[in-house]
Amino acid sequence: MVKIPNKTTGDEGDISRRYREHTGRKYTYILSGILFLFVMLILSISIGSVDIPPIEVMQTLTGHTVSVRWDSIIWNIRLPQVLTAIVAGAGLAVSGVVMQSILRNPLGSPFTLGISNAAAFGAAFSVMALGTGSTHSSVGDAVVISNPYTTTVVAFVFALAATVIILAFSRFRGVTPEVMILVGVAMGSLFSAGTMFLQYFADDVQLASMVFWTFGDVSRASWSELALITLITLGSVIYFLLERWKYNAIDAGDETAKGLGVNVEKVRVRGMMCASLVTAIIVAFLGVIGFVGLICPHMARRVIGDDHRFLIIGSMIMGSLLLLCADTAARVMIDPYQLPVAVLTSFLGAPTFIYLILGGRKI
Amino acid sequence: MILEVDGVEFQYKSKEVLKDIKFELKRNEILSILGPNGVGKTTLLKCMNAILKPKRGTVLIEDEDVLKLEQIEIARRLGYVPQRCEPARLTAFDAILLGRMPHMKWNISTEDVMIVEDTIKKLSLDDMALRYIDEMSGGELQKVGIARAIAQNPKLLLLDEPTSSLDLKNQLEILDTVKEVVRKENVSAIMTMHDLNLAFRYSDKFLFLKNGTIFAAGNMEDITPDIIREVYGVPVTIQNFQDVSVVIPV
Repeated sequence: MVKIPNKTTGDEGDISRRYREHTGRKYTYILSGILFLFVMLILSISIGSVDIPPIEVMQTLTGHTVSVRWDSIIWNIRLPQVLTAIVAGAGLAVSGVVMQSILRNPLGSPFTLGISNAAAFGAAFSVMALGTGSTHSSVGDAVVISNPYTTTVVAFVFALAATVIILAFSRFRGVTPEVMILVGVAMGSLFSAGTMFLQYFADDVQLASMVFWTFGDVSRASWSELALITLITLGSVIYFLLERWKYNAIDAGDETAKGLGVNVEKVRVRGMMCASLVTAIIVAFLGVIGFVGLICPHMARRVIGDDHRFLIIGSMIMGSLLLLCADTAARVMIDPYQLPVAVLTSFLGAPTFIYLILGGRKI
Repeated sequence: MILEVDGVEFQYKSKEVLKDIKFELKRNEILSILGPNGVGKTTLLKCMNAILKPKRGTVLIEDEDVLKLEQIEIARRLGYVPQRCEPARLTAFDAILLGRMPHMKWNISTEDVMIVEDTIKKLSLDDMALRYIDEMSGGELQKVGIARAIAQNPKLLLLDEPTSSLDLKNQLEILDTVKEVVRKENVSAIMTMHDLNLAFRYSDKFLFLKNGTIFAAGNMEDITPDIIREVYGVPVTIQNFQDVSVVIPV
């Protein structure tokens, strides 16, 4: 691109200057968020059943072996878990923020639209019908493992199937937020009914596997799985960022957006596809982690506003922070056991949500 | 002619909503589309910028067929202000900046920011530029919507009931703004209106719709009480008060 000398820069008036200051503040929020996230990352690695001082954590991370044992703990257990929390939190939050925008509904999230339920049904179905156990357990011998990957793949397929059904109905009845949400809610109850049906006929071991699977847990992912989740999340985030102006336009109403040249239906269908894909891959590998996708966007909105130029990144940071803190807390709460993080996020989720509703402006 | 509409027909499912619509508009003119509820005023407005696709007919804007243009190309030529603009946690500046979307590539340029500042000054919105639109009144929100459409730098403004749900002061302010923009910016405007007196006061041309087609069209001299009685089913008289025509139901 040719850089044209900018004659006009000096002429920006008072309003533009104040506007630049206004957006400048948002960059500051984002930078401080990233900084805080980094501090939390180090702290989270250092806390656990074996405490490693933060300085030593930094040394190990920069490639200096402080102790072979710590090396192994950090590189094989803590770091993948912490990074998974960061990526999954960001992924779930970004799916939530995009769904809230394209569905024009503050309750839009992968969880409310039944995508998580569909994945849980897929996992239960896999355990029951295909005879696979659960994915690897952080509690060692709690669950029989026969084929961890089949469960994941089937869960993934069902999560995507739910999305495809929602989109297909929308095509048929018109790509409006109402149709999408109602079909999503219907899908959610259908799949949870299916899961209950399977659970009723499951034997002890199968039931344990199914229930265990639904407890979302970021310690499940290995490095290669983390890489896959990261790749898909990153790809979608880049797409979402390219569409950020369009989401702002849709926030102003479908007709305003159309008048601004936005193909609203297309943005809606593609956004749903990408957001669902991110959710599906995270849920399939880690299990159901509720409320992050719903709440983190709203927390970010409070700080940074509804402008998707900042909100997308802001929500991701908020999601990462929340899941990282929750996972760290879950790790040390009932030492020596590790609580699956989903138990904690669901506990935190409800009161936080009510607080957000009561605490001032509408969501 | 900035706009030439010929033979436009629109169907919703199999129900015919509009047929045989034909009119023209010159530069710097304001046209009001009038008629009873549900006659298709908004539909006609949306056919102008292809938010709704007419089944037949042509809409030429400066001799280019709108219906053959890409959506973004249409947005560069026509600014659309819907009846309601949804509030979000955005500043008025951000919301008006959206009007630059059809012209921007990956991000806003300094020029875009300056055009927005310019628009804000033109409409005297300086005081609310950095206020959040979800804290604004209906009138303020409507002004932001109009400012957004003006920032689009269009040749034609389409306004869907710009004064509905506004109080008297805001109604006048909004229409004064539209009139001023049309005079100064070399654009034209089409608006759908319910209030005949406001329409008479602010527009140059009128289009009365009845049963999905044009019942009467023309400028102020062409409007008779008979037309209004036929269209709305209400007997009226038109009086002249200090050079303003006023409709009074009798």
